[in-house]
Amino acid sequence: MTGSALSPRLLRSLLPALSLAALLIAIFWLQPRAMSYVGFNLMLNLAIPIALATIAQMCVITVNDLDLSIGTYVGFVACVGATLLSGGVGALPLVKDLQASGTLPTDLPWLLTTPLAGILVLALGIVVYALLGALIYWRDLPSIVVTLGMSFVWLGLSVVILPVPGGAAPGWIRSLMTLKPPFIPFPIIAAAVIAIFAHILIMRTSYGAVLRGAGGNPRAIERAGWSLLKVKVAMFALAGFFGMLAGLSLVGLTTSGDANIALRYTLLSIAGVILGGGEFVGGRISPVGAVIGAATLTLAGSFLSFLRIPPDWQIGAQGAILIIVLALRALIDHAEKRR
Amino acid sequence: MTRFTGMLSLAALAATLLAGSALADTADKKIALSNNYAGNSWRQAMLRSWDKVTKPAVQAGIVAAADPFTTAENQVTEQAAQIQNLVLQGYNAIVLNAASPDALNGAVKEACDAGVIVVSFDGIVTEPCAWRIAVDFKTMGKDEITYLKDKLPNGGNVLEIRGLAGVFVDDEISKGIHEGATENPQFKIVGSVHGDWDQAKAQAAVAGILPSLPDDIVAVVTQGGDGYGAAQAFKAAGRKMPIIVMGNRQDELAWWKEQKDANGYETYSASIAPGVSTLAFWVAQQILDGKEVPKDLVVPFLRIDQAGLEKALETTEKGGVANVEYTAEDAQKVVDAAKK
Repeated sequence: MTGSALSPRLLRSLLPALSLAALLIAIFWLQPRAMSYVGFNLMLNLAIPIALATIAQMCVITVNDLDLSIGTYVGFVACVGATLLSGGVGALPLVKDLQASGTLPTDLPWLLTTPLAGILVLALGIVVYALLGALIYWRDLPSIVVTLGMSFVWLGLSVVILPVPGGAAPGWIRSLMTLKPPFIPFPIIAAAVIAIFAHILIMRTSYGAVLRGAGGNPRAIERAGWSLLKVKVAMFALAGFFGMLAGLSLVGLTTSGDANIALRYTLLSIAGVILGGGEFVGGRISPVGAVIGAATLTLAGSFLSFLRIPPDWQIGAQGAILIIVLALRALIDHAEKRR
Repeated sequence: MTRFTGMLSLAALAATLLAGSALADTADKKIALSNNYAGNSWRQAMLRSWDKVTKPAVQAGIVAAADPFTTAENQVTEQAAQIQNLVLQGYNAIVLNAASPDALNGAVKEACDAGVIVVSFDGIVTEPCAWRIAVDFKTMGKDEITYLKDKLPNGGNVLEIRGLAGVFVDDEISKGIHEGATENPQFKIVGSVHGDWDQAKAQAAVAGILPSLPDDIVAVVTQGGDGYGAAQAFKAAGRKMPIIVMGNRQDELAWWKEQKDANGYETYSASIAPGVSTLAFWVAQQILDGKEVPKDLVVPFLRIDQAGLEKALETTEKGGVANVEYTAEDAQKVVDAAKK
């Protein structure tokens, strides 16, 4: 590897950032109004939950698995956030119906109104994720099948919690997500914090190296005396944790829950990881890239709508952007091999 | 014929232009339609109506732009992003058919904070800063019994066909029907089936319940999209044809016309016109114009009576729904009604 500024390796790690910059320039050229505090806020605030979901997906991809349930899980968290976390059990539509019909008294005991119920359910969600990791390792099951099955479980649970869209996000999440810090828009600060936190956690700690190694060369890690079971459990639990943050930030933005709120996140998160320089195999990931990838995908939507591309074509165009970036990466890989 | 109605709405437009009632400072304002779904005939008709009314309005210089945007997938997050993009694109008002009554509130609030007028219709949003053009489905159901009361003073047994179970609209219409029946005890609802607003499903459901029902069914109350199927089921069972309330679908109107010509069959038909999008457009334009408009408005139903059947059938395309486009004056009337 030479030290020249345009070495393929450097190019590849810069590719996500370069695509984001190119997209931003195109957006500002099309819509100068977007180049403002309000503009960044509006274009990027929905990128926060997507970025968090992308990090969650990246954790799973690190250990050579794929999570097809992340979208419905984020929706589940959003439903819990809009009900249990804001008003405890008493905020569930089911309980409200019972109160209206007189089966339950209007004044509920403390136990039924405490938001602790929400915290408990969210913690249980992370435990379920950890158990999934264990199950996939123990029985050597294909993660795609297990998580696809789980996606229906999460969706079903969301519908049980919130049969019709509604609920209200807890005030503190709402005020956090609508923060208006001076000079730098909140979504940019949030994205930077997420990226740095995930980077330190996975790329800079010693156990992080083990986690990544378990994806690249599981047998070597096992021989070195590390438990692969623990690694899977840790990575799935991390995915559950970041997925939870995604759901909470989403409900903070939308103000209320809906079981179908985040179905797209499954595919968006996978695309975000890949766009950000991650690969499906071998623990090759980049947390910073993943956050940039999520932002790129979100901005691609804005870009296409500023271009006035008919909506029927937008999904196709979004796919085309993905393919272009991937093709560029393949070109760089090719150049690297030739050296 | 559609061209003719188009001309009519143009003429109406010109009339309002001359009257100077609704037009003042909106010539440089841009209005966008944010729509979450375009996959059925009702939504397609809604989008066509939007084009038909807003294009002449833009040409006449009433507003600077009126562009429709539909999300490709019926998804809340996608529509939230769409609304935010529309704000950035500098639209002054967003007319919204929302994917969710609650989950878009965050995006709607941001739009309001940016000074954008948001008018929701059909799929309305609960955010207080937005305007709502809602449908009073309960009254729609109750009206059916009111009509029957005039036609059949002696009352009798009634069969109810409901819509899709678990959907808000089905619940509301049915509540209205039952409220009407409680107030008029001469009508007895002897059976309820779910027809899912679909002719084939309704036919199967009615055929299934008919043998268990008394012979003297005098009327069938419906929710729209199920009247023709019910008629087929009664015919197949060899029963006397009851009064079936229709729901403005073309096949229903065609069958009604056929029966009317053959034996003077009488009923009525009511539903929400897809053209309600144009009503929302005019309401948005009036708000931009600085008019005082109450936040909650009610859509008038499109009701077809015995006398108007031929005309309605003529203007309704095969497989479609009877439609009407609204004018600025209609919007004014709706606003005035809400102020009272």
